[in-house]
Amino acid sequence: MIERKITVNLTTGLQARPAAKFVQEANRYSSNVFLEKDNKRVNAKSIMGLMSLAVGTGEEILLVADGADEEDVISELTAFVSKEQ
Amino acid sequence: MAKVRTKDIIERFELELIAGKDGIHREIIKSDISRPGMEMAGYFKHYPKERLQLLGKTELSFFYDLANDVKQDRMEKLCTDITPGIIITRGLEVPQQVIDAANNAGVPIMRSPHKTTSVMSRITNYLESKFAPFTAIHGVLVDIYGVGVLITGQSGVGKSEAALELVKRGHRLVADDSVEIRQEDFDTLIGNSPPLIEHLLEIRGLGIIDVMTLFGAGAVRNYKRISLVINLELWDKDKQYDRLGLDEELMKIMDVDLPKATIPVRPGRNLAVIIEVAAMNFRLKRMGINTAAEFSKKLTKMIESDPDPFDQ
Repeated sequence: MIERKITVNLTTGLQARPAAKFVQEANRYSSNVFLEKDNKRVNAKSIMGLMSLAVGTGEEILLVADGADEEDVISELTAFVSKEQ
Repeated sequence: MAKVRTKDIIERFELELIAGKDGIHREIIKSDISRPGMEMAGYFKHYPKERLQLLGKTELSFFYDLANDVKQDRMEKLCTDITPGIIITRGLEVPQQVIDAANNAGVPIMRSPHKTTSVMSRITNYLESKFAPFTAIHGVLVDIYGVGVLITGQSGVGKSEAALELVKRGHRLVADDSVEIRQEDFDTLIGNSPPLIEHLLEIRGLGIIDVMTLFGAGAVRNYKRISLVINLELWDKDKQYDRLGLDEELMKIMDVDLPKATIPVRPGRNLAVIIEVAAMNFRLKRMGINTAAEFSKKLTKMIESDPDPFDQ
């Protein structure tokens, strides 16, 4: 299991469309992925949970992955939220 | 966890703010409430100053009997720099010494028209629910025949689809995808939806749908006590699934053990009906009817009994 603290740089934050894309990315991997904000942990593969956190730009989140491809999924998702567009 | 401040109590219980309005942002850190009778009599050794203080008829009538300089001294000691507030009940008149001491120390004085015991129990209940241990779980919570059923399972296994079918069959959705759970007392788990996604359901291929607008107010609930966990998983032919229902599997959420059933998912299995029956069977068991145990007893009796004399 690995954890990584990252800052969301997407200018819009995780609004509906970026959130859907984020979840789609996460679903390409077999590992269990969780996202934590303010001590609330949700499944990063489920869009409703992700959107219920209302992650804005500049906010810090914790990504947790557990499984065979945990490294790949974390780096992929980190890249996704780190870019500005 | 969200902080509770004195102003939340004022808003929630519609209290009248009499004095000390500088202190309404003070934080309440304990759910216990103190009735400072001993302190009014001068004994401050164990004064729980970090709690909300409640002054009722008894405390105030005692206070009126004190000498004026004593009144002032006791009140100054009562209004410490961490006391979140003092509530006067029964709509009683607030003595001037109380108002002065509160304004000086910035301790809010609030007044309620209700009886002391009812104010105390209502505020305690409110604070305990606010301070209750809290967690969030990936799953769907549905009220089925009055039983709060938490449906868990991997993403994409069909939790939301099962919930939709259950709603269509007349049951009520509490939360989809993310269930916020707080523990009340030592044995009760209450689940609700995060406010932003309340009444919403996400169905692959359709997107987000609003269950309340589509199916009406009767199809949703805001919160529900969780009694049963149904775990959906893709059918694994090497795994042994429960065939009898004699043993009860448990799942621990915070300090509470909940009965859990694992249901294998395979195309063509009507999950909603199975979950519905699981909820009904759970109710039956709680009413004392355990079909599996009774059947097993019958079978054992049959095997152990002598052969039927007429069956020769």
